[in-house]
Amino acid sequence: MALADPTRRAILAQLERRDGASISELAKPFTIRLPAVMKHLDVLANAGLVTRSKSGRTVTVRLQAQPMREAMEWLRRYERFWSSSLDRLTSYAESKEAEARWRGR
Amino acid sequence: MERQMTSLTLVRRIKARPQIVFDAVTTAEGIAQWWGPDAGPVLTAEADPRVGGRYRVRFRMLDSTEHETSGEFLEIVRPERVVLSWRWKGGVEDPGESRVEITLKAVPEGTELTFVHSQLHDEETCRSHEAGWTGSLDKLEAHFGAGNVP
Repeated sequence: MALADPTRRAILAQLERRDGASISELAKPFTIRLPAVMKHLDVLANAGLVTRSKSGRTVTVRLQAQPMREAMEWLRRYERFWSSSLDRLTSYAESKEAEARWRGR
Repeated sequence: MERQMTSLTLVRRIKARPQIVFDAVTTAEGIAQWWGPDAGPVLTAEADPRVGGRYRVRFRMLDSTEHETSGEFLEIVRPERVVLSWRWKGGVEDPGESRVEITLKAVPEGTELTFVHSQLHDEETCRSHEAGWTGSLDKLEAHFGAGNVP
């Protein structure tokens, strides 16, 4: 599972803040060794979440924007769903309250 | 394996006593009045509001697509708290089961409702979407987490 690991989530968070980073830059905040970071990047790349491009001896890692955008859209749908539902729930409950008061309960 | 527990949180203040809000949330009659993402109608609402009882809601959206959600009442404490499992039926939206938790607190003006939809993805969820969802959920939580009180 691409996200089960906190190191991988931290790598994604780093990539979200900047446009591309080298593997050694990504490894810096962690106490693990470079090969371990490479392994995490393999998992993320296989999940389609990051891309790696090589220029000379430097490998640049970038976040794949499309899956993130799709994710935002997915999540907005949930937010719209509940926001709209709770708005209607609010007016419905308030009308029931008014009704109960009118009946003197 | 660690399980992602990110969630969507919304807070509403409602000018109605908790008992009334609770019944609106848990009964089929109530659910039929409010469930759904837009002004489209609820077509079917069934609810058996006791622990282990099931609910099922089918609704039509304004774009005329129909969707169905169903699940189980996991906890019921009238008029304070209700927990539901949640699943889309036959949809592509989210193959996993998630959890909806609604807590009602009496406040001078009526009720403060706290809504949490959590476990929005699980081990079954498509891997490529997963990372994105987490990042976005964290962002959304940052946005709504403090309470979206109108």
